[in-house]
Parts: sequence; structure tokens; C-alpha cells
Amino acid sequence: MTRGYTMYEFVSGPLFWISLAICVAGSIYKLVTVIKLARKDKVVLPYMRLSYSLKSIGRWITPFGTRSMRLTPIFTAVAFSFHICLLFTPLLLLAHHELLGIRLIHLPDPVAHVMTAIVIIGGLFFLQRRLLVPYVNNVTYFSDILLLLLVMAPFVTGFLAYYQWFDYRTVITLHMIFGCVMLVIIPFTRIVHMLFFALTRAYMACEFGYVRNSQDW
Amino acid sequence: MGFKPREEVADQGIDKRLEELSLEQIEQTINKALAAEMNARMTAYLQTCVHCGLCANACHYCLSHNMDPKYAPVGKVKDTVWEMVKKKGKVSKEFMRTAARIAYTECNTCRRCSMYCPFGIDIAYFIITTRRICHLLGIVPQYEQDTVNSHSATFNQMWVQQDEWIDTLQWQEEDAQGKIPLARIPLEKEGADIMYSVIAPEPKILAQLLANASIIMTAAGMSWTMPATDGWDNSNMAMFSGDFETSARLERLHHETAIRLKVKRIVMGECGHAYRGAVYDGPKSNSWMFPPIPVIHAIDFYHEIITQGKIRIAKKFDKPITVQDPCNVIRNAGLGMKLREIMKATCSDFRDVEPRLGHNYCCAAGGGVINCGPPWKKDRVKGNKIKADQLRATGAEYVVTPCHNCHSGIEDILKEFNVHMHVIFFSELLVDHCMEIPEHLKAKD
Repeated sequence: MTRGYTMYEFVSGPLFWISLAICVAGSIYKLVTVIKLARKDKVVLPYMRLSYSLKSIGRWITPFGTRSMRLTPIFTAVAFSFHICLLFTPLLLLAHHELLGIRLIHLPDPVAHVMTAIVIIGGLFFLQRRLLVPYVNNVTYFSDILLLLLVMAPFVTGFLAYYQWFDYRTVITLHMIFGCVMLVIIPFTRIVHMLFFALTRAYMACEFGYVRNSQDW
Repeated sequence: MGFKPREEVADQGIDKRLEELSLEQIEQTINKALAAEMNARMTAYLQTCVHCGLCANACHYCLSHNMDPKYAPVGKVKDTVWEMVKKKGKVSKEFMRTAARIAYTECNTCRRCSMYCPFGIDIAYFIITTRRICHLLGIVPQYEQDTVNSHSATFNQMWVQQDEWIDTLQWQEEDAQGKIPLARIPLEKEGADIMYSVIAPEPKILAQLLANASIIMTAAGMSWTMPATDGWDNSNMAMFSGDFETSARLERLHHETAIRLKVKRIVMGECGHAYRGAVYDGPKSNSWMFPPIPVIHAIDFYHEIITQGKIRIAKKFDKPITVQDPCNVIRNAGLGMKLREIMKATCSDFRDVEPRLGHNYCCAAGGGVINCGPPWKKDRVKGNKIKADQLRATGAEYVVTPCHNCHSGIEDILKEFNVHMHVIFFSELLVDHCMEIPEHLKAKD
């Protein structure tokens, strides 16, 4: 038994479950903390209403549903494709299901390929934007670039693994490590926007809708 | 990147006090203020912002400066709160000078950026937090601080004394009687339906608007009154300087004056920030969830009396005319369609702006920016070319601005960018051009 094989076993088993546990526990912790804080703040929860929140969130998860999105059509198209593929490719990949021993609806391989490519291309688009657009570059820190690379890493390595470029065993191990890193960092980095999106949007929706009789899209 | 650094502007209110402050005082004040503000909103916003820069498309300063990154809303947050949080308050005096400049003179807290941020981050809240810190440190633009001092000492923005206030109302009542002999400005009439409140610049520099109010109220047959005591001024610059204690006192007195007069509702003149103060910030800072007495903005009131037929339109205004959507009553109160309905009811050649309603560009004068006074005027005006271009594109000769800040701000930018357009209030349109004086109120020979 080689050392690499042990490593493979470790990352595809215990490391994944540990990472998932950290991700879930960290997410719960983050959400509970912020909701607890919100309860202390007298001007937040008393003004929140579900109907206004859902209406606004609905708008903001619909491609081109807001003026902001219509003003930046390329960004909108890339951002939606990137996020959809980022979320659903790992969840609906047959290889992942097989590894976990579960049977679920899954993506046909060619579709998964295209979706993986979309994540990589989207990531490159965001990267060039960070480097070349002055008002984005001005607020780009090293951590923003690193985060983007970490998000892209499981997809790049996944792609390489499928085509068996480079040493398959090394690449697939790296792929799984990056996947685990991704899970762990969700609650503790700016990827937390995944969890907080609904909360911040709902608050603003109610500020505009319930309190101010207006719209935030 | 080819963007020019800011030109230096001297402001005694910021510069002189900054000289006296020690770095320890700055650090302690920042940390104390930030600790008080580290609530759910600030925490979530700081962690959620992905630095995408989409808010840049929203800001009139950024749009007017060729997308200069330092004017992007997120750029302003970077140069204020982010740095303060990152450095735990250990910032330089030069940093604070720029932070005060950004917070007071380069953001109108109009909240348009929150409509362009995918997460709905309340960027204006970061700016207001920066202003709070500057207020606590005492580094506030001199002119702005003077209005707050006036509020604090006289409960109005412009050092108007009580005798001057009453005298101005009597003088304007007489002016109104030139048009309607029975026109009155009833003072201290307990139990009237309406308390009419205005901002201090009305008695001070735009007194004819008080006569207009008298003419409109009389013609519409309203039961109304104005207070003879403090509490008549509904403006609130303390809300924008970061002096939340004075801000709360002002708003409480405004509402309590209406309660004392036992009126059913407050109708306020054509001012946006006053509405924000009376309806949103004021009640919250006085532990009222909503205003204790309904507050109606002039747009809403004109809409009511025109659509209910209490005022008849004798002749529609026929010159090309457009409109300004004041942020605090359109984006932040949803009165946009009512404004258009009254424009169409009174004008035959109404030309709408684009973008409009909640997406309209701010006038760059509100949020306390115009109150920072002459030292900052050039920056303010240059920062709103986009508004001048927007108005020019309508081809109108007149623009109605149902807000005092918008009125002054737009006059300034039209002049700077050579747009030939008259700026008027809706009450002027109504009284000078459109309104029918009912037969029974006309002067008899």
C-alpha cells in the first residue's frame, strides 16, 4: 500500500466528513450569531416582513430582474451561470454520488463538463475584472484573489482529473483537498455571502418596501 | 490610472480641530463608536461585501467623475470604515481628514447604491457611522456644524428667533391676502386638522413659500395651523452631522408640538430630508416604531387636494417642464407616481426624466452636503454632471423640485453645466400658473 493511496483514502473519507461538519456547524454558528445580534438591535426585526423579503429576493435571484443587472448584462450573465454551475455541479455529479454511495438524480457527463468549464471561465472573467476595472481593482485585496482561486481550484483539478492529465492520483487527491478547503471556508470567509444574502437582502427589502413604501430593485 | 487626486480644500471645522486631537483620542473614539455600531447589520455587511464594485454604477459622484474608483460607494467605505476596522482605530490624522471629507461632502446618503448592490448592503449606513465618529471627534465641516449649533440653541436650522418667525408669518399672511383677501396663517389653533411645518430656510430666505401655503390651504378649505413656538422647523441637520442626540431632541419636539396642538396630522412643505427625519430617523431615535402622528409630505398633500377636487386647475402650464424625484420622498417614500400624477394634472407638456422614480439621480445637495457650505460647493457641483446631462436630455425649460435641497443643488449644477432651465417648487407652479381661486374667496369690487 503506497503513501499516496492512504492519503487518497483519508481525503475521500474522514477529511470530507470533517470538512462537511465544519461547514455545517460553522454556518449554523454564523447564522445564529447574526440573528441573535439582530434581536438585540431594536430597528431590525420589528420592521421585517416575509412578503416584502420574498418579493425582493425573488427579483434578485431572477436573471436581469433588477435594473442593476440590466445595466451590466455581461456581468449578470456570467455571474448567474457561474453561481448556478458552482452550486449544482458538485451536488449533482455522478462521481461524487458514487463516492458517497448515494443514488440521486445526476448530471450527464457532457453537461457536467460544460458546467465545470463555465465555473472556470467565470472565475477568469472575475479575475480580469478585479485586475483591470479601476473601481473593482481599488477594492481588491490579495484575499479576494486568493478566495477566487480557491473557489476555482476544485473545478480546475476536477477537469484535469477527468481527462487524466498529469498524474491522476495526485490531481484527484488535490481535487478532494481543494473541495474540502472550499467547504471549510464557506462560513469563515466572504463566501459567507452565500448564507447572508437572504438576510441582508430581506432587511433592505423591508426597509424599502414595508417602511418606505418603495422597491429595492 | 489617470484619475486625479482630490484638490485640497480648507475647512476650519475639520482642520483646526484635527490639529488639537491626539492619535490616542482618535483611536479611542473610533473603537468606542465602532463597538457601539457592531450590530447585526454592520457585522453582516462587513462579512458579506464581496468587493464586486457593482455599486459604482449607482453613484452620481462616480458616474460624474468618469468612474473614478475613489467615488465608488465601496471605495468610500474602503477609505473610511474598512480601514478603521482593519487598523483597529489606529489611523492617521490625514486619514481622518479624508474620511470626514468623504462622509460629509462626497455622499448624500441617498441610498441609490443599495439598489445596485446584489446584497442590498446599506452603504449609507457606513457613511453615517463615519459621520458619527467625526462628530464625536468634533471634526465636522464648519458650516454644517453651525446649522447644528443653531438647531441645538434655537430648535431651528437658521438662528430664527421666535419674534422673527411670527413676524414673518404675519408678513406672508398679508402677502397671501393680495391673492385671496381671506387668506390666513392660523397660529396655535388647537384641534385643527393639520399642523403645517416647514424648514427654517422658508422664513429666512424663501418666505413667499409661506404665502403660497396660505393661499393653497385657504383655497382648498383646509382646517390648519402653524405653531408659534419652537417645533415649527421640521429640518434636521444634526441627523446628518452625526449628532444623534440633538437630532432626536428636534424630532421629538416637532411631533410633540403637533400633539400639543391636538392636530390629526402633520403636513410638511416641499422638503425631502425633513420627511426622512420626521418619518424614519426621528421616530426610531425616540423609541416610536412609526411616527406618533401621521406625517404627509407636500407631494402627497397636493395629490390629495387635486385628485379630490379641493383645488381646481384653471389653466395647465404649457411650457416644457420636467421634474426632480427627491431621494427622500421618492426612493425612500414611494411618492414617485403621485408626483407624476400631479405634474400631469397641472402641466400640458410634462417631460419625464430617465432614469426615473426610485432610480433617479440624487441632486448631490441632500444628506447635509449642501450645508457643508461654500468651501465644498465646487466639489458638490462637479460631482453631479450626470444630473445636469439627465435634465438637459428632457429638453424642458422648467424643472419642478419638490425639495429644498434639490432646488438649491439643481440650480447650482444647471448654472455650472450651462443648462438653461428654471427651477421651481410645485407650490409656485400651482399658485402662480395653474390654480383656480374659488369664486367665494375672490376679492369683491
